[in-house]
Amino acid sequence: MIIRFEKRREPSKFMQAVTPIAAVLLTMVIGALIFWLIGYDGPRAVKEIFFTPLLAPYKWPDVARRAAPLILIALGLCMGNRAKVWNIGAEGQYLLGALAGAGIAYLTKSLEGWWIMPLMIAAGIVGGALWAAIPAFLKTRYRVNEILSSLMLVYVALQVLNYLVTGPWKDPNGHNFPQSAPFTASQTLPHMIWGTPFPPGLFIAFALAIVFWIVMSRSEFGLGIRVVGDAPKAARYAGYDANKMVWQTLLISGGMAGLAGVLEAATQGGQLNLGFPSGYGFTAIIVSFLGRLHPLGAALAGVVLAVTYVGGQVAQTVVHVPNATAGIFQATMLFLILASDVLVKRRIKIVWSQPAQAPQVARSTT
Amino acid sequence: MIVDFLIPALITIVNVTTPILLAATGELVVEKSGVLNLGIEGMMLIGAITGFAVTFVLGDPSYADSAPWLAAAAPWLGVIAAAVAGAAASMLFAFLVLTLGSNQVATGLALVIFGTGLSSLIGASYVGITIPSFDSIFPDWLASDPVGKLFFGYSPLVYFAFLAVFGVYWFLNKTRSGLVLRAIGENDLSAHSIGYSVIGVRYAAVAFGGAMAGIAGAYFSMVITPLWAEQMTAGRGWIALALVVFSGWRPGRLLAGAYFFGLFMTLELYAKASGFSFLPSQFWAAMPYLMAIIVLAIMSARESGGGEAPACLGKPYMSDA
Repeated sequence: MIIRFEKRREPSKFMQAVTPIAAVLLTMVIGALIFWLIGYDGPRAVKEIFFTPLLAPYKWPDVARRAAPLILIALGLCMGNRAKVWNIGAEGQYLLGALAGAGIAYLTKSLEGWWIMPLMIAAGIVGGALWAAIPAFLKTRYRVNEILSSLMLVYVALQVLNYLVTGPWKDPNGHNFPQSAPFTASQTLPHMIWGTPFPPGLFIAFALAIVFWIVMSRSEFGLGIRVVGDAPKAARYAGYDANKMVWQTLLISGGMAGLAGVLEAATQGGQLNLGFPSGYGFTAIIVSFLGRLHPLGAALAGVVLAVTYVGGQVAQTVVHVPNATAGIFQATMLFLILASDVLVKRRIKIVWSQPAQAPQVARSTT
Repeated sequence: MIVDFLIPALITIVNVTTPILLAATGELVVEKSGVLNLGIEGMMLIGAITGFAVTFVLGDPSYADSAPWLAAAAPWLGVIAAAVAGAAASMLFAFLVLTLGSNQVATGLALVIFGTGLSSLIGASYVGITIPSFDSIFPDWLASDPVGKLFFGYSPLVYFAFLAVFGVYWFLNKTRSGLVLRAIGENDLSAHSIGYSVIGVRYAAVAFGGAMAGIAGAYFSMVITPLWAEQMTAGRGWIALALVVFSGWRPGRLLAGAYFFGLFMTLELYAKASGFSFLPSQFWAAMPYLMAIIVLAIMSARESGGGEAPACLGKPYMSDA
């Protein structure tokens, strides 16, 4: 008996929709099994990680505050990944966004006014986009692989943060802790708005998800991204400029990561310190793939990943699993969603006897 | 005076260079076969905790009476275990990428996230423990003299790293199997049509890369600082990836490039330690990464159209019926 994967003419829409759900469910089964094998209450851990944050309303604000940056960053990454421009340094752009916002806060510390917050947000977007412009420039000018350059810049950004909060921006009243001065009232956003338990960032994230969806599915620009990603040769003949696409996708994804960073700093932190980097930029890559690179999918997937963060902490206190647990569940989910791609592009065929003709070979183009 | 300063500096260079050299040597073979495994950092962390844990458990003094040889063998077995663990982790990547045809970039990243999580899960119970460093195997009279130390004062893994680079050079350029591996990386369809097993060779290459990354990780937890700390490889796996591009996929240039990077990482350590620096210490910490970006730009600009990279690097391949 031989199991073969036969190529489909068209990617299966059904599989595209069903496999992310299957991946999450299978992650629960595998996760429960792994943690049971190493001596924890596996099923209980799965229940605390995946269900407690959803079933306990007092956990909702926590889920919402983590979902907001994950969705914002992932929206930009969906666009880039669709065009096969691999920005894996979103964590660095997220940091630079927060730093640019904090820079405005530093300059306006003795001022007040409604205009400070929009200025901080604009600075955050620009900061993230500029950080992403470096790999875009290197890619289009010198053909430097954007995977490596964007990633290296994460480590550089971490050192920039470290330098600023231990040096020039250090809070003079901070008892020598490496942290910036707390933001003033004009420089912070509320944790909950409009009588909901959700921060402003979540509403911005959902609104932008709809905007991205319309742009990706209805505009010339969105079409260009899909064509360049799916069929680069055809795109060249059709006159799409690949370099322009690199610039656009990197600036947009950098700006989105910067927006996430400045909102996080203004809402949650209220200041910057060495504990600010959170790994959201990396987790957002999982979000984009779990959402099948679709903006609305990313919005849903962002909530799922946020649930695992919050649930991971619950499981730590209740089932006493180590703090790395959520990371393992997240990685398992990404492995499964990537593996399930085969079902979208191919169908499984079980052959009971060896066919006579020699197998042919084809490279998949998608 | 000059000897007092220079020799420790040179020894430090060797120490910081060896792990990136080990990992990059493995990745070179992987990429030559046409596969891009970004998961080095994850495999290094898995190797680091495995090597440490195995050495610690087998080196337990309570075994000393019943099996005195075990204490001496423990670090060797630790390194072997690290290699096996790294290779095992790489097989997860290989199955997804080679058998199921998943995206290599995303799967490599998943391996990093998985390795980071798994290593800190296993490592949680080993935090704060130290083991004896896996140091020089040469007799003391050879390694105690400062100049002698420069040649004989290292962990066996340092010599192994040199041997591995030369071994890979010989394998790729002088053996038939090496030729097949390169052919598969350059044109998988042709290699398949003349009857070579593309997937089989790539599985083997990925396993080798995983084993080397595992040993590289063990160098951190068994030699440099003989203890376990979460994410102790601190992004060096990514430097190794940049190094492979820098080398133009040639083992000779890989060796030279590794020591070039090592020099800059050592500068960082010295600038921090001496406190004598007109630039902030964070600048020196960011230096290897900035250097990597600059070097990548110079290398990529020089070659026209990425001519040196294996033609099939990162492209999916599946035999279709």
